Amino acid sequence: MSAIPEKRLIPDRLGTSATRLFGSWEALLFAVAVLIFIANSLASPYFLNAWNLSDATFNFTEKAMVAFAMALLIISGEIDLSVAAIIALASTAMGAAAQAGIGTPGLVAIGIGVGVGCGVVNGILVAGLRLPSIVVTIGTMSLFRGIAYIVLGDKAYGGYPASFAYFGQGYVFWVFSFEFVLFAVLAIVFAVLLHATNFGRRVYAIGNNEFAARFSGIRVERIKFTLFLLTGLMSGIAAVCLTSRLGSTRPSIAQGWELEIVTMVVLGGVSILGGAGTIGGVVIAAFVMGLVTFGLGLLNVPGIVMSIFIGLLLIVTITLPVIIRQFRHRKPA
Amino acid sequence: MTSPADFLPGIFSLPVYLMNQITLPEPMSETPLLEMRGISKSFPGVKALNDVNIALFPGRVTALIGENGAGKSTLVKILTGIYESDEGEVQVDGKPVVFANAQDAIDFGVTAIHQETVLFDELSVAENIFLGHAPKTRLGMVDWKAVNARALALLHSLESNIDPRVRLKDLSIAQRHLVAIARALSVDARIVIMDEPTAALSRKEVDDLFQIVKRLKAQGKAILFISHKFDEVYEIADHYAVFRDGKAVGSGALAGVGQDEIVKLMVGRSIEHAFPKVDIPLGETVLSVENYTHPTEFRDISFALRKGEIFGIYGLVGAGRSEICQSLFGVTKPSGGTLQLDGNEIVIGSPSDAIKAGIVYVPEERGRHGAVLQLPIYQNISLPSLTRTSRSGFLRAAEEFALARKYAERFDLRAAALSVPVGTLSGGNQQKVVIGKWLATQPKILILDEPTKGIDIGSKAAVHAFISELAGEGLSIIMVSSELPEVLGMSDRVLVMREGLSAGIFERSHLNAEILVRAATGNA
Repeated sequence: MSAIPEKRLIPDRLGTSATRLFGSWEALLFAVAVLIFIANSLASPYFLNAWNLSDATFNFTEKAMVAFAMALLIISGEIDLSVAAIIALASTAMGAAAQAGIGTPGLVAIGIGVGVGCGVVNGILVAGLRLPSIVVTIGTMSLFRGIAYIVLGDKAYGGYPASFAYFGQGYVFWVFSFEFVLFAVLAIVFAVLLHATNFGRRVYAIGNNEFAARFSGIRVERIKFTLFLLTGLMSGIAAVCLTSRLGSTRPSIAQGWELEIVTMVVLGGVSILGGAGTIGGVVIAAFVMGLVTFGLGLLNVPGIVMSIFIGLLLIVTITLPVIIRQFRHRKPA
Repeated sequence: MTSPADFLPGIFSLPVYLMNQITLPEPMSETPLLEMRGISKSFPGVKALNDVNIALFPGRVTALIGENGAGKSTLVKILTGIYESDEGEVQVDGKPVVFANAQDAIDFGVTAIHQETVLFDELSVAENIFLGHAPKTRLGMVDWKAVNARALALLHSLESNIDPRVRLKDLSIAQRHLVAIARALSVDARIVIMDEPTAALSRKEVDDLFQIVKRLKAQGKAILFISHKFDEVYEIADHYAVFRDGKAVGSGALAGVGQDEIVKLMVGRSIEHAFPKVDIPLGETVLSVENYTHPTEFRDISFALRKGEIFGIYGLVGAGRSEICQSLFGVTKPSGGTLQLDGNEIVIGSPSDAIKAGIVYVPEERGRHGAVLQLPIYQNISLPSLTRTSRSGFLRAAEEFALARKYAERFDLRAAALSVPVGTLSGGNQQKVVIGKWLATQPKILILDEPTKGIDIGSKAAVHAFISELAGEGLSIIMVSSELPEVLGMSDRVLVMREGLSAGIFERSHLNAEILVRAATGNA
């Protein structure tokens, strides 16, 4: 060819990081969180109190820990509906162990171990046998909780050692509970894992296009297995915190949490179809849900109304962008 | 059993040998069936069509030619009522009409056969053809007898013996294509738009399609034929219209107009159409494949690939070409045979094994297998090389951008930024990203599956140029292609496959189109 095309320099990115940030879902959600915070402080005189706010965090810390792992799983295009049942089974195992006189370190190891074990079961079924995760985890949800019911019947385990109470009731510093500090640390760990490592990049690639990911040499099954294991691990940790906070175990513990956790993840801007979302969004969504339930609690709103409110919040927040997009894309008249 | 002829109006009932002989008399002054005048259409930031005129005549095929982005698709969308034009007028039979929606266009007899028509695997052939406009009984229920009978009649008119009651998923790709055509014709169309109908077809299937086009011509339909392939345009079209950057830059009768002239109109400059293959001395054998066998797709395939060689694989669609490449890349497992890389026997169980061994694969379906369209360019390029761009598992964006920039500049990638999603790029630029992603892994063997499918002519030449350049640098290349000029122009040797078996390996010096087609179709 005679004419050599001039080299055009392609910029790395378009726009500044500030413009990208302000257009994001997370920014919108943050605005919602601020609004709810303001509304709460106007509605109740008890809201703006450091200790009350600290109490409020218990509404979401345990669920949020599981939600971080769930976010990665949903971004990869899978889901785990057995998380609440894993918490129940892990809690039951810890209760039985406590009855047998095992000390606090042993209880923690058992709780986390059961969580990891359940995650491995899910991982083998989904990644190993390539079964659809929604079906597999509906099955293991019944299985894990069913075992807890068989072991416990209508009884409850109590009698945990006094030192075990620290995980759910202890404070690290001033108003900051152990659970809240753990939540903050895990948020950072998961944010780094998803956004700053090769592993996280591969999770996004799998969630957007599993074929292309596989064709790019990514070991899809290995990553999915790891994600189920991580979700089991986080459920085990949540079980330790929750059991410690309540001081007892019933088979109905954490009933319905799987849906609240998925709600938190989706509200945080993670695409239920996979491929998109951030840990930052999930963190803000955790605060939004915690603030709403706590604010309504201060106003003596019954629990069932709260769940209606959370449901509405979810539907409104996921519909709004769709509606806005449709208005923008209308043909100019 | 009623004969299909009972349902066929007019010319449909003529025996095929008679239909093929019909040629319409050359009218003195033709009146167009459909005319578009002064059509303009803008999108935010682009003027997709700018004061375009085009006329379609009954019994004539008009070829619409232009590079990707020239405005062809926009025109098709205006003609089929998906977009409304900002300015200008459409006339049918000399009367101005408005296509406010897709149904309006159908009502005026306009139908389109798209590159990839959406069909439904689980429905029967007849259901696919009449979906949305099935004949009804008096009670308003679907008249299944009529649906099946009319589907049978339509398929017969296309000289096909597909049973309208079988499910679509049981048909071959070529048969599905026929069903798509039957679906387009089922609405009583007078104006047929064919949007790159041959993109996925092998030569034999293209010939069959052209028989159908000729029959449609004989029935007096006006046909708008969109294609990238000049040999096809010259074979089938009567008129041409060339678009460039949203403007109609030339049109008229095709007879007597040379290909150079059209290319010049199309690209606004003349480009060397010759394939840039340079002869380079071949090195020693890099990969030797011995009796490679797959349970269903191919059997006893053996060949040796040498350093710096471009090894073509030719055959009809379904001959097992892509499948052998995919098993070399570890996507599917072979059931027998051995593989030697640089003289050492290796087993490839997964794509990551293949990448480690230095074998990479540019798949045919770019959007499905080649790139993660939603992710940015730089993340696609770094995806298989993450271990090199990262430090102890942590991403380093600067390294990724540097890697991406290297290949973007080498291939003159056209993109607004390296952080835009690959899905926003044109087909040619997407292909550059996929090839760049693989070169970044520093492979020994590059497998290209239909490397220029759906790419416009300007980018095609660029892709060919760098394939040749890569071979010159010592990379060994396996190239699957359905395009004869590409196979003939680029390959050092060609393996022809037929129904999963090798039909021979031909040296460059003995190559011509006839030999390849004979070997591929089995017509000795």
